This record gives sequence, C-alpha cells and structure tokens, in this order.
Amino acid sequence: MDDLIVKTITRIIIPFIQVYGIYIVLHGHISPGGGFSGGAILGASLILYTLAFGYKDAAKKMPHHVGAILESGAILWFLALGLIGIFAGGNFLTNRDAGFYMGNLSMLFNAGLIPLVTLGIGAKVASTMITLFHTIIEED
Amino acid sequence: MQLLNVVLVIFLIVCAIAVERTKDLLGAVIIYAAYGLVMAVLWLFMKAPDIALTEAAIGAGVTAILFIGVISRTRRME
Repeated sequence: MDDLIVKTITRIIIPFIQVYGIYIVLHGHISPGGGFSGGAILGASLILYTLAFGYKDAAKKMPHHVGAILESGAILWFLALGLIGIFAGGNFLTNRDAGFYMGNLSMLFNAGLIPLVTLGIGAKVASTMITLFHTIIEED
Repeated sequence: MQLLNVVLVIFLIVCAIAVERTKDLLGAVIIYAAYGLVMAVLWLFMKAPDIALTEAAIGAGVTAILFIGVISRTRRME
C-alpha cells in the first residue's frame, strides 16, 4: 500500500479519469453514456485514490458526511426537477411542456431537463460508489 | 469479425465455468473481472456502446474491487 510508483502514477492519471467521467456525464444525451456510466467512472477514480493512498487520506478528501449530502442532494434535485412538471400542469418529469429550454442540436445543453437530471444521477452514482467502498474497507 | 465473436463467446463460457469451479476466491474474482471485460467488448459488437461503457466500469472495475474488499474482511479459500 506504500509504493512510490503506484502513488505517482495515480496522482498523474486521476485528473484524466475524472475529466473523462465528467465528459460522459455532460454528453449523456447526445452520445453514448449518461449519468450511470459517467458516475461509475467518477467513483472509480476516487476508489483508485483510496487503493493507492490508504483509507485515512481518502477519508480526508471525501468524508462520510460529504458523501451523504451529495447522495441526498442529488436525489432531492431529481425529485424537484420531476415535481416542476407536476406544478406546470403535466406528468412527473414533463420535459418541453413544462417550459424547459430545448435549444438546438449544436449546443451542449439542448434537451430540456435531460442534462440536468443526468447531472444529478452522475453525482448520486459517484458518491454511492465511494461510500459503498469506504464502508466496506474502513476499520471498526 | 464473425470468428472473433465466436472466440470471445467461447472465452466467456470458459470464464463462467471457471468462476464456479475455482476454489480460490481471489482467483475467481479476477476471472470474473476478465469475464466483465470480454462482455463489454461483446456489448460493443452488439451495437450497445453505452452498456459497454457501464459494463467496463462496473463489471470489470468496481464489482471486482468490492469483492476483493469483502474477501479481505473474510477468508480467502472456499
């Protein structure tokens, strides 16, 4: 667990993994991918950090209460976006009829509430992965 | 392409049989990660790239690491 090569490679490679995960989350509605895949990649980057640097350092970077706030906040964000549709007079998760900005295909945010919902799913999946792994690995 | 597909499916079946016949649980987890990686390539051949992305991240990465975490808390041999 205390290897210089592993630590250096991890420090170099983690930003690229995270940029790739954020790319997949943000482009979930126009290219393959989406909230679940991108969130899993984001979570895997912090799992890699935990494996290379040990649980104590990782718990400083990503404490339990931050994970709890992210998880609960993301699912509340999802529910609030869905309830906007109900208050606008449609069904749960109504997209265009509730007044979300549709844009056109040349823009990044172009499908109404789909990118916003995907952001919430990405944050929830990433924090769930990290919390699951930290709960298994922590000493009691 | 057809031949590669057949080879990958045969490798998948061999992996699936080897996982349940291995007595060493750590070895079984590593064979399972290889199974997930080959399954991701097969999803790509079946024109489902988003499922392939998810399978490569979840099946080959996170699941294997979670299983290894569980094995480190319990015993290694079956």
